Amino acid sequence: MRKTLIESLFRGKLTEPAPHLSDEQKSGLVGTVNRIAQRRLGRSLAIRHVDAGSCNACELEIIALNNALYDLERFGLKIVASPRHADVLMVTGSLTHNMGAALRLTYDAMPAPKWVVATGDCACTGGLFAQSPVCIGALGQLLPVDLHIPGCPPDPAALLRGLIALISGLGAVAHESGKN
Amino acid sequence: MAPLVNNARWKDVTRNLAERDATFVAMWGERNDEGGNVNLAVRHKGERSIEIVSHSAPDSHYPSVGRHHPSAILMERAIQDVYGLVADGLPDTRPWLDHGFWPHSRARTSYNFKPALGPGVHQIPVGPVHAGTIEPGHFRFSVNGEIIVRLEARLGYVHRDVLGLMRGGAIDDAAALVGRISGDSTVAYAFAFARAVEQALGLTVPPRASTLRGIMAELERLANHLGDFGAICNDSGFSLLNTHAAVLRERVLRLAALVFGHRLMMDCIVPGGVLRDLNEEGATALKSGLPSVLVTFERLVDLYEKTASLQDRVVGTGRLDPALASLLGCGGYVGRAAGQDFDARRDMPYAPYDGIDVRVPVLSSADVDARVRVRIAEIQESVRILLCLLDMMPKSSIHAALPNDLTVRSGAALVEGFRGDIFAFVRVCDGRISDVFVRDPSWFLWPALEAAIEGNIVADFPLCNKSFNAAYAGCDL
Repeated sequence: MRKTLIESLFRGKLTEPAPHLSDEQKSGLVGTVNRIAQRRLGRSLAIRHVDAGSCNACELEIIALNNALYDLERFGLKIVASPRHADVLMVTGSLTHNMGAALRLTYDAMPAPKWVVATGDCACTGGLFAQSPVCIGALGQLLPVDLHIPGCPPDPAALLRGLIALISGLGAVAHESGKN
Repeated sequence: MAPLVNNARWKDVTRNLAERDATFVAMWGERNDEGGNVNLAVRHKGERSIEIVSHSAPDSHYPSVGRHHPSAILMERAIQDVYGLVADGLPDTRPWLDHGFWPHSRARTSYNFKPALGPGVHQIPVGPVHAGTIEPGHFRFSVNGEIIVRLEARLGYVHRDVLGLMRGGAIDDAAALVGRISGDSTVAYAFAFARAVEQALGLTVPPRASTLRGIMAELERLANHLGDFGAICNDSGFSLLNTHAAVLRERVLRLAALVFGHRLMMDCIVPGGVLRDLNEEGATALKSGLPSVLVTFERLVDLYEKTASLQDRVVGTGRLDPALASLLGCGGYVGRAAGQDFDARRDMPYAPYDGIDVRVPVLSSADVDARVRVRIAEIQESVRILLCLLDMMPKSSIHAALPNDLTVRSGAALVEGFRGDIFAFVRVCDGRISDVFVRDPSWFLWPALEAAIEGNIVADFPLCNKSFNAAYAGCDL
């Protein structure tokens, strides 16, 4: 173990600024997340994920956001276990009738102001399952959606880009949520 | 291969299952004008093919297989919910997929969990929304102090009626859906479905396509095993290994994206062949990238073996009785860690594995540690197979057009996914799907997990659960 630890120490960070983007986009991306997240939320945006009928591909890519190369938490974005701690509800899947009640309860358990992100094609539009008799369809039919991140599944870079878009628009959305 | 309605043969096959002369593979239903049919697929001992037999259900009733063989119980409950076909004599008639929320639900929303009685026994309900970024399902623990006396999993939360959407549709549309049954096994599912369609149509895919399928399947196995290895260590409280393993997984996914254009290789395998070819640059990247992943991984294995606190958590934890693994027909790392010496790549060989010597690790200790060690051996073996396939790379086209056939034809296939063998059955006519079933290995892993967790402490559940890593979407369908 000592050898691995010492090597890791001297090898330097694995973390990348942002994957699969041009240099220009890369620096822009990192800068934006850091600056805006700090301004709006004091480096703290807590995300609660709920799978509402996903095939598990979106989950794999959300999990990948936490690996050392993407390191989501350096941006102040943190995936949390309880909806009570969450600012953002990140929903994946084609919204099955069987998950409708649990999703609603999770949303209701979150303190306001709160934002909803439809993650992946299924949550955005119902995807290939839009016509299923046991699915409700797009997430928008059940909850007010603040951001859509398309993709099947969206890769970690797309997820990061989407979260930046959300943070950039938070001021306006928070105002609306306050009225509800 | 076409399943013929043969009620007498059904009885024989059920007896074979009860007497353990055959392994249960799958059961599924279909409605027709006369009521319906129920299909049963089994693998007879020592045989390299799968027998499929059908039983008519003229008044929506058929004789239960589950009363003789426990592996069939969940599927018979699912058949009851989705097709309204009732298994006479089924020991557990509670709804499975129908939670009472569908527009056409027959079930009520309340659900009676199996009881656990005794002084001090209480229940811990968990889910369907879990603390982590994972799929939804409900676990009902009955515990006495810290000790789990009974676990019951209730699934069905992500039932999307994938099979219903596939039926009646074009083969290509069905191929897109099959790749989204269980995202971590998208390659294996597409592979199994494609082979079933090809068998139905009597189509041989070009050799290069088969080799590419093998490369994709092994990359998928590698990525998932690396992820699981880290996640199991993480749930044992040793996050360092998870951090390193997650980086290795990411490297494999990036290689996949570089070579095949999609990190999880979705929609790359289609009936008739593959849609993505491997170019020189891709082959070079794989040939240099994969061995380097393995070099780093060996260091992690060393750390896994030498960390006493970690070993203390995994050794002896969540032991699955090998007799039960055999009875249930558990495949994959769960079965192989419990003495079940079966791997579809070796035992029911298909291209490209028919030209390769696939070494199958089998252990007998059947605990979390054994399931980790099977994965470790399979990671090493996958890299070896990958390099072997890369050296083979025959030159040919990568796709053959599907013949347009107006007769009704059916085919079946068994493909070894990372989690175990995936069975696919398809009946096609005029380019459309008239019946389809795809069986995830997890159908047998969930009952096995319920049994393996008995007598363990609640705090060891995440660890045991991760070592099984059964799919939810894969069997909710």
